[in-house]
Amino acid sequence: MKHTLSVLVENNPGVLARVAGLFSRRGFNIDSLAVGMTDNSSVSRMTIVVEGDERYLEQLNKQLHKLVDVIKISDITRDAYVDRELVLIKVSADAAKRAEIMQLVDIFRARIVDVSPKTLTIEVTGNDGKITAFEDSLRPFGIKELVRTGKIAMLRGKKAGSKNHINKEEDEN
Amino acid sequence: MNGVKLSGAEILLKSIEAEGVDTIFGYPGGMALPIYDALYDSGIRHILGRHEQGVAHAADGYARATGRPGVCLATSGPGATNLVTGLTNAFMDSVPIVAITGQVTRSSLGRDSFQEADITGITMPITKHNFLVKDPSELARTVKEAFYIATTGRPGPVLIDVPSDISLSQIDYKPPYEINLPGYKPAPDTDPRQIMEAAEAIACARRPLIYAGGGVVISGAHNELLKLAEMLAAPVTCTLMGLGGFPGNHPLFLGMLGMHGTKYANFAVSECDLLIAVGARFDNRVTGKLETFAPKAKKIHIDIDPAEIGKNVKVDIPIEGDVKIVLEQLLAVLRPNLEEAWREKINAWKREYPLKYCKGGNIKPQYVIQEIYNLTGGNARITTEVGQHQMWAAQYYSFTKPRSFITSGGLGTMGFGLPAAIGVQVACPDEIVFDIAGDGSIQMNIQELCTAVNYDLPINVAILNNGYLGLVRQWQEMFYNRRYSQSELFNPDFVKLADAYGAVGIRVTRKEEVAPALQRAIQLKKPVMLDIVIDREDNVLPIVPPDGSLDKMLG
Repeated sequence: MKHTLSVLVENNPGVLARVAGLFSRRGFNIDSLAVGMTDNSSVSRMTIVVEGDERYLEQLNKQLHKLVDVIKISDITRDAYVDRELVLIKVSADAAKRAEIMQLVDIFRARIVDVSPKTLTIEVTGNDGKITAFEDSLRPFGIKELVRTGKIAMLRGKKAGSKNHINKEEDEN
Repeated sequence: MNGVKLSGAEILLKSIEAEGVDTIFGYPGGMALPIYDALYDSGIRHILGRHEQGVAHAADGYARATGRPGVCLATSGPGATNLVTGLTNAFMDSVPIVAITGQVTRSSLGRDSFQEADITGITMPITKHNFLVKDPSELARTVKEAFYIATTGRPGPVLIDVPSDISLSQIDYKPPYEINLPGYKPAPDTDPRQIMEAAEAIACARRPLIYAGGGVVISGAHNELLKLAEMLAAPVTCTLMGLGGFPGNHPLFLGMLGMHGTKYANFAVSECDLLIAVGARFDNRVTGKLETFAPKAKKIHIDIDPAEIGKNVKVDIPIEGDVKIVLEQLLAVLRPNLEEAWREKINAWKREYPLKYCKGGNIKPQYVIQEIYNLTGGNARITTEVGQHQMWAAQYYSFTKPRSFITSGGLGTMGFGLPAAIGVQVACPDEIVFDIAGDGSIQMNIQELCTAVNYDLPINVAILNNGYLGLVRQWQEMFYNRRYSQSELFNPDFVKLADAYGAVGIRVTRKEEVAPALQRAIQLKKPVMLDIVIDREDNVLPIVPPDGSLDKMLG
């Protein structure tokens, strides 16, 4: 099962290397990882998607907690959350195909951000399902290049930190 | 203090002193020169090693002997990379060390400058945490945080990399500095419901067994462990790291478990219906094949590191917390549960399958270790290298006190024992220190004999010399059809070598010479190296073949 972890970390140099290094040396696989500063410039949020069973996730959680720079880990998989990913796709598009592609762009509410004689570059945001569907429908035209930001996610309503979240204060209640 | 300008190096040393440190182990070099210059006027005692690996192991030995953090200091580049084995060793065995490394100036960082190595990158997986100081104003707080992280919770090594321009910079020094570590929680809170559940399981157990690890020693929980065992009349087996955490001469003691454990300890693991793991981590040298480890037992696991619980073995009752505190809480609610039949069974195993060795012929390594025990009344501090001699020491020296056995467990670092003995002797100047060594291991950090002579440290190195990398040879004999590939050693004359270093060398070739030679070494109160020529092809027995079941031992 895929899990989405929302991890607050101190915005220290090397923090990404610490987290990524932990994954590789303990044999955990990252499906995607997105990182950026929060509203507090000394704190960053990583959204990490990993696949594994409960025991795997538990061990991963515990190992992540041991990193001094990791402030809080929330497995938000089972909570209500919104997630988005932004993808840029450069697709072959000669004059004959252009109209058809633009129709797909409309249907998926994507945007064309660059045009060249032979290609279109398209920006699309959405969840994993939408992006995969869009990618599949563009594939017949010839995808020249594709880049994904990795998923970012946020709990609905209030900020992460409510029930079900494994955080370092959890044991106190 | 307001307005006083100090150099970064002075602040570094002041901050280290403020942590109660009076001794550091180190080796100077270019980028550490500003620190060494400040050290010249400092009250801190500096022990100059002969190799940075030795320096790190000495700090490790010092920390293990005292429970206080060991501090080591090295220069950038090769100085720093030479610390790596020592830091890994400390990391694997949860030893508090603070390592300071010099680094190239901030403006030279990342340019492959002379003697530049990315030591924070290199040591990321082998330290509990590390720091690269980028601003002189962070120096004092960083030192405070480093000591805090190294010594709290599950201890471990912490490295601080200090660019030389930071050491040279002149800044205001305004203590105290506050720790700012929002993500660091040293010890988890213990769930009282888990204590009650454990007490319930213990009350119901008919064949309980306590499996104690290094966490008992680190936490200082030896008295609580003894109370627990006696209250339940439950047998206790220790891991290599746990030896000394329970009196080795106690009737409830079963010795070590695992690959070279006693038969009765391993049988007890296989037969028990409740396994109480106390500050141990189910290492593969302990468990053998995981599927057949303690198959009949419900498992309680007490550990300060939540990540150890459930890592290797599925646990029925996890208890997160400091071992000493958890045991105190457990003792408060436990009822005595004395199951006679179980102890009778164990005593029968003890009678039937004692540790034994053939006593005829040449000098037996086991005999040498028993003689060291006899002559020191079991009161010596013992360090070891890694190999057969280490396992024999674990089996035949009856450790009765915590922190009396100082050995490289998790990493298995040959060359640990001699520099560790130096650290131990520095910490405990009035005690008898023995490094039980092999002829292979001793050569990995032999240069530290010079350190011992330099500082008049009366350590005793007892080389059990069989002319082989003994444990390698044993495995080749047992598992590789006696093909002794690269395990036979050509050795120097250890007596002459000792002499060259200014230590006393004593060669022992006959059994009747063993006790007098050991006695002489102890009485000399000088660094002594004993070259004790033992049976060439003696094996460490019993042995659980790698990945085998604990109840299927050879020998």
